[in-house]
Amino acid sequence: MNGPWLPVLTVLPLVGAVVLAFLPRGADRLAKLVAIGWSLVVLVLTIIICAGFDPDGDRFQFVSSYTWIPSFGTRLDFGVDGIALVMLALIAVLTPIVMLASWHESGAGRRSVRTYYSLMLALQACMIGVFVATDVFFFYVWFEAMLVPMYFLIGSYGGAQRQYAAVKFFLYSLVGGLFMLASVIGLYVVSARELGEGTFAFDKLAGMDMSTAAGRWIWLGFFVAFAVKAPLFPFHTWLPDAGGQAPIGAAVLLVGVMDKVGTFGFLRYNLPLFPEASRFFAPLVIVLGIIGILYAALLAIGQHDMKRLVAYTSVAHFGFIAIGVFAFTTQGGSGAVLYMVNHGIATGALFLVVGFLIARRGSTLISDYGGVGRLVPWIYGAFFITGMASLALPMTNSFVSEFLVLIGVFSRNPTAGVVATLGIVVAALYVLWMIQRTMHGPLNPSLGEKPSWRDLSRREAWVIAPLLVLIIGLGVYPKPLLDVINPAVKATLTDVGKQDPQPTEVAGGNR
Amino acid sequence: MNIDAPKLDYAALSPMLILLGAACVGILVEAFVPRRARHWVQVVLSLAALIAAFVAVVLQAKTETITAAGAVAIDGPALFLSGSIIVLGAVSVLLMAERSLDSGSAFVAQAAVVAGSAPDRKLASEPTSHTEAFPLALFALGGMVLFVSANDLLIMFIALEVLSLPLYLLCALARRRRLLSQEAAVKYFLLGAFASAFFLYGVALIYGYAGSVDLAAIHDAVNGSPANDVLLFVGLAMLLIGLLFKAGVVPFHSWTPDVYQGAPTPVTALMAACTKVAAFGAILRVFYVAFQSTKWDWRPVLIAIAMLTMVVGAVLAVTQTDIKRLLAYSSIANAGFILTGVVALNERGVSSTLFYLAAYGFTTIGAFAVVMLVRDADGEATHLSRWAGLGRRSPLYAGVMTVFLLAFAGLPLTSGFISKFAVFAAAIDGGSVALVIVGVIASMILAFPYLRVIVLMYLSDPAEDGPTVSVPGGFTAAALTIGVLATVALGVVPTQLLDLAGEAAQFVR
Repeated sequence: MNGPWLPVLTVLPLVGAVVLAFLPRGADRLAKLVAIGWSLVVLVLTIIICAGFDPDGDRFQFVSSYTWIPSFGTRLDFGVDGIALVMLALIAVLTPIVMLASWHESGAGRRSVRTYYSLMLALQACMIGVFVATDVFFFYVWFEAMLVPMYFLIGSYGGAQRQYAAVKFFLYSLVGGLFMLASVIGLYVVSARELGEGTFAFDKLAGMDMSTAAGRWIWLGFFVAFAVKAPLFPFHTWLPDAGGQAPIGAAVLLVGVMDKVGTFGFLRYNLPLFPEASRFFAPLVIVLGIIGILYAALLAIGQHDMKRLVAYTSVAHFGFIAIGVFAFTTQGGSGAVLYMVNHGIATGALFLVVGFLIARRGSTLISDYGGVGRLVPWIYGAFFITGMASLALPMTNSFVSEFLVLIGVFSRNPTAGVVATLGIVVAALYVLWMIQRTMHGPLNPSLGEKPSWRDLSRREAWVIAPLLVLIIGLGVYPKPLLDVINPAVKATLTDVGKQDPQPTEVAGGNR
Repeated sequence: MNIDAPKLDYAALSPMLILLGAACVGILVEAFVPRRARHWVQVVLSLAALIAAFVAVVLQAKTETITAAGAVAIDGPALFLSGSIIVLGAVSVLLMAERSLDSGSAFVAQAAVVAGSAPDRKLASEPTSHTEAFPLALFALGGMVLFVSANDLLIMFIALEVLSLPLYLLCALARRRRLLSQEAAVKYFLLGAFASAFFLYGVALIYGYAGSVDLAAIHDAVNGSPANDVLLFVGLAMLLIGLLFKAGVVPFHSWTPDVYQGAPTPVTALMAACTKVAAFGAILRVFYVAFQSTKWDWRPVLIAIAMLTMVVGAVLAVTQTDIKRLLAYSSIANAGFILTGVVALNERGVSSTLFYLAAYGFTTIGAFAVVMLVRDADGEATHLSRWAGLGRRSPLYAGVMTVFLLAFAGLPLTSGFISKFAVFAAAIDGGSVALVIVGVIASMILAFPYLRVIVLMYLSDPAEDGPTVSVPGGFTAAALTIGVLATVALGVVPTQLLDLAGEAAQFVR
């Protein structure tokens, strides 16, 4: 199924953003409805694309290519593999949900509702662009452009410390991005020497024979950019601030999708383009990932602020994804990709539920809650399920992915697998403790004698229900996703030149 | 003794002849047209001359000739740069023509009145203005066009003076903050005079070495002159000082912030965009045409200077509290980036430099146009603290400024990104990886001051008595529109201009 499906999908939200910007001032309700409607159109288009994707077909599908800047050797190359496809699906599902969740929050503090939704759609376009670009230069353009709407979402609509958080987010990402720019230029020069003409096309670059030294340097530039974005320890310090200060809707997209660009970048660019360097640096990444898992989980336990706590859990989860990617096993890779999707759903849902609570209490501090589970049983239920998904309880979606990652890592490097498993224990600790401190026990005296809290509203139910369905559904039956992911991961591993280790102790895994 | 008059290819020379001729007509207009009509006559005359000159440049496309007894070379780079100077000059003239912002224009009616005295205050409140500004600008632009086409060092020196002297004058003409303006003019004039002197002395030494001031003859002499190399190197160094001064490159940059701050903002825009194009055009020509074979001697020096310029400009930009000074330091840092393209020493280096100059010009003029709009009772509110909350007061102009700032910071989908990519790629191609690494680091530092302005505009609360954003008159609105469109278009679809620059990258010798 070729044709301009992907360019249309990319441009569509941009058009929506422009349309919103020209809506009359003050037509807030209209702006919200138009934005949500628009994102539903994007969702439908994405579903069509997913339906037309053949898991056993070519590696890249829906390919289309347009002339752009010949003198740089870059083209507008579009295409999706299984990995990108599931990420597109994640974006398409999360965006309308997030928009609905931001119904009241967007206009808080007399800020423009139009602009909020316009920025959301612009962000969606950039995120789609990142995943569908198969030209390194084109990818880089989206990678950097993505910063701008998110910067304004955090900076204009965020919490009290929003300025600090927004600037920190922007500078960290920009610095990472500039490292990548240096590598992109390097890649261009190397390709000009090796292939006779400078090019950024993924398929041409992937077949290129690169000298060891050059490959390693260029790999590092990409790695730093992706590690900042992911965020991998020790590049993670911006995320708790950004995630803690961003409005809930933006926080979900930030942690749920945008950060995945980092791990997606590992899979799409670091591994296939620089196999030698990837093998060389893999132990380093695994060590950083494991440090991230344990360190961020420990920090999460110590947080007083719920949003920051959730942000720290993400850092830990990204550690899992990173070690899954760099284990160079099918299970590890597929688990990592599945984790990218599941984490987006589970952590996104957790953020949203936390947002419901914050909207009622007006505080992000855990200590301001206590015993509220009785006041809002439905929210409590949702909180519990998403919390369990976050700690990867069996039957929730995260379990499958975490299990696959650990199997994959274990078969390659048992020590790393064992140490990473410790992270699960700590994860149980911070999730359960957060639920206990906010939901159970006696009612927090500061809430007054008989606080009147509304339970889940109809809008909120629409927000959270699809995610809960996905959490359980993908926890029980992840096969459809894995069918799409597996071939793409296998192709990536072939690029790296790694075979799965012979299954001796750990058998199976492929359901 | 008989001196033959040189053969002149009038068609090839027509752009600069039109500009200089129109400037002379402008002087006559000052003498004969009644005061009330002068402003409009001058505006129409200047814009017409610029359009005619641009048409002349377009008609000359693909011309490669050396005319006027070897003094002027019309080739790809010369035409590309002339075209850029003329277009950017036209946009700056639009800003100069704006009368709805101040009472009158940005220019004082009589520059010689003592600043702050009673007549001065009277002048400031009257709508009359200094209409000589327009012919002066035309002279400067004509000089710039000649500067980038000069094929011998003496003509280059003359062009340097033709372009500099009107600028010295224009700097002193600000209607508001007269002392600052006059001080800037004096500073610019004194330092500029020194730089010219260095340049001229360098020309003399090189003449002593090569026996000619013709660039091609110097090229031949460099390859096989028996003369003492000391003459060559000292002469080249002095020449370099004169050129780098005009380009605002460290360590000859110290005039830039003061002059940019003191000059009337439209003149600042003119200097930041057009003078930069002219200066780098001349640098390109001198080094690529005359001294390419001594590159092993001067290239490391230029690389060091480029590194220094990027880093010093970026670091000092961080500490600025005045928007015009911030833009000045950013232009210094950008001079370093442009120099990165120059030292690549290949065709790609030339084309990327050409592209950078044109793209940067549009962005910088646009940015200064926004500066003109942010005003309070005392005129432009240039202190950064006054810009707080601008995004809430007038989202449109803050948005426009944001586009420019993101372009300066080199974000993708803006011309700034494509420009930086082009020069960095050329530099790596030319083998100077270290330069690119320094460039990337400087970009990171430089992102901070731009981001700070964006933060101020959007994320800070507006001050109680903050400045208002004036609704721009037609001229400023046109300049702003051109600036934004060029900045975005050159970021999204840069192919045409890149190709044009690529085709124009061949010097004649």
